[in-house]
Amino acid sequence: MVVFKVEKKADSGFSLIQILLLAVIPAILVGAVIFMAVGANPLRAYYIMFMGGFGDWFHFSEVLVKATPLIFTGLAVALAARMLLWNIGCEGQLVFGGIFASGTALFFQSYIPDPLMIPFVLLSGFAGGAVWALLPAILKARWEVNEIITTLMFNYIAVILMEHLYFGPWRDPMGRGFPGTAMFNESAWFPRFFQTRVHLGLFVAIAACMLLFVILKKTKWGYRITVTGNSLGAARYSGINITCQRIAVLIISGGLAGLAGTSEVCGIHLRLQQGLAVGYGYDGIIIAFLAGLNPLAVPFVAIILGGLIVGGDQLQTTLHLPSSISLVLEGTILLAILASNFFSLYRIRILRRSA
Amino acid sequence: MNDLIFIASITLKSCIAVLLASIGEIFTEKSGILNLGVEGIMLIGAMTGFIIGYTTGSPVMAFTGAMLAGGLLALLHAFLSINLHASQVISGLAITIFGMGMSSFLGRPFIGKLGIRLEELDCAFLDKVPFLGRILAQQTFLVLIALMIVPLSWFILFRTNLGLNIRAAGEDPAAADAAGVPVKFLRYGCTLFGGLMAGMAGAYLSLVYTPGWKEGMSAGQGWIAIAMVIFSTWNPVRALFGALLFGGLNALQFYFQATGAELIPTYILRILPYLLTVLVLFLVTALKRGGIGTTPSALGNPFSREE
Repeated sequence: MVVFKVEKKADSGFSLIQILLLAVIPAILVGAVIFMAVGANPLRAYYIMFMGGFGDWFHFSEVLVKATPLIFTGLAVALAARMLLWNIGCEGQLVFGGIFASGTALFFQSYIPDPLMIPFVLLSGFAGGAVWALLPAILKARWEVNEIITTLMFNYIAVILMEHLYFGPWRDPMGRGFPGTAMFNESAWFPRFFQTRVHLGLFVAIAACMLLFVILKKTKWGYRITVTGNSLGAARYSGINITCQRIAVLIISGGLAGLAGTSEVCGIHLRLQQGLAVGYGYDGIIIAFLAGLNPLAVPFVAIILGGLIVGGDQLQTTLHLPSSISLVLEGTILLAILASNFFSLYRIRILRRSA
Repeated sequence: MNDLIFIASITLKSCIAVLLASIGEIFTEKSGILNLGVEGIMLIGAMTGFIIGYTTGSPVMAFTGAMLAGGLLALLHAFLSINLHASQVISGLAITIFGMGMSSFLGRPFIGKLGIRLEELDCAFLDKVPFLGRILAQQTFLVLIALMIVPLSWFILFRTNLGLNIRAAGEDPAAADAAGVPVKFLRYGCTLFGGLMAGMAGAYLSLVYTPGWKEGMSAGQGWIAIAMVIFSTWNPVRALFGALLFGGLNALQFYFQATGAELIPTYILRILPYLLTVLVLFLVTALKRGGIGTTPSALGNPFSREE
């Protein structure tokens, strides 16, 4: 008789590479099955996706453009998750960052000198995201109200409010019914680089990753976050004010997501318009998790996911397959990683016994 | 009077998806598994139900297919949570993301297509019952099923041995296991049940509530269902009230739009269900100190004998 026994490994074996292989290969296989189900050649589909993202410098620059908001939202989720807080509301905070940044760019341009416009836009975008995270943060910190649900509900509210703004009071009077605000004044446009759409936001995002890494590693505040995340009891015992800590972390997390919205409106759209809330906030959850909540790993994972999204778009233009295949692959990778995590923590031993 | 019937009838019509999904999730959570994949499962259910209904023309097949698809996704969550001890929060989110993507991918060719829709009850008997009869006459048989599931699930959960075992698995799996309760089996069963219900809720959306397939058509109703579980303090009867509250807000929105009364701007009305969910969650959580609600103690914790 053969008996399987699951036991915890002494060492948590398996390198990151092995886990990635264990997760990415199953995801690619699942994707292949889906491609075949809709009558497409999987090899060709994957080739188009890959070339669409990493084929040449132009396509790769588009991946960097997509990765920019993803770095911010990934960082936002990762920071909160380090304190065991689930910020599922990045989508709404992104939208509010976009709204605040647009408001500043549209209505304060005569009060703010041109060279200061970009710092102001960045600040207001951060503030917008932070404001949108404030209420869920207080509810969680003070009354333990489930932040997964509250932040998520706020996503829907933010999108409705944004639609109200660009369909209603903020609509461009010259726009001939186009759902969007007027274009910002040039002073609020993020500078672009290398003759591509790569813009300032990318460098702000990478700087934010490095800054956060240093803060978490080297400062007292970062140490408190780590302690609180590892053990709530220990944190309480050592006199850390958990309520304040949680509010602060969730607000900053919201602010980072707000910067994602800011860099989209000021770097790409140059106005507040339809198509700002396309799921970057939800992608942030995947990125944070795949990056192991490490700020320095976030940009790399964001680029991989950005490649997946650009590749999915390419698939839509070339093979007319819905670009949402990238979302399917994202979900599958996440599920496969979860499954393979098990094999890094546990081992299955086969015990033979005579019947 | 006619206005009142209109509002009541839409209220009932709008609450069913949330109601079905939250009753399923109540069972899932009572057994100790947190499934945050409801939104994704609902979307898969809506898409599957619509496509099967469109191609076969059979409502029975459509609902069965939607429920099976939902159940399958829930089983995946159960496997990851129960056997692989994965983080249930992330697994649930992954299932939601997967469901959003998959339904959008496979449903793309069916956007805007005219599928089947369920017949309304409209029988002679109902016309004789004043008020209530006229409300029910505008519903489908699914409303009756949903309304019957409420007391039935309450009875099973709180008045039968099966219910006791389910609750034991969610409260203290080790003790339940020692007493001979098949903890893992029950958790599988309850998660599957949750998936079947969420799948049915999705099909209700695409075949009854707003017939047709639209990307992301559940619009957060799966998440609202999860919030309603907390609101209901894991009690199916209270979940009905939560769902009716949600349905009522939707009905008001329709009513104002239909009558052209701009008492409250539309965007405020659209926000209300989400805002109310947050408010309700806050009130319930803040008042919990009084000991009214009971979160299953082992909710979200994997169970294995070795540990």
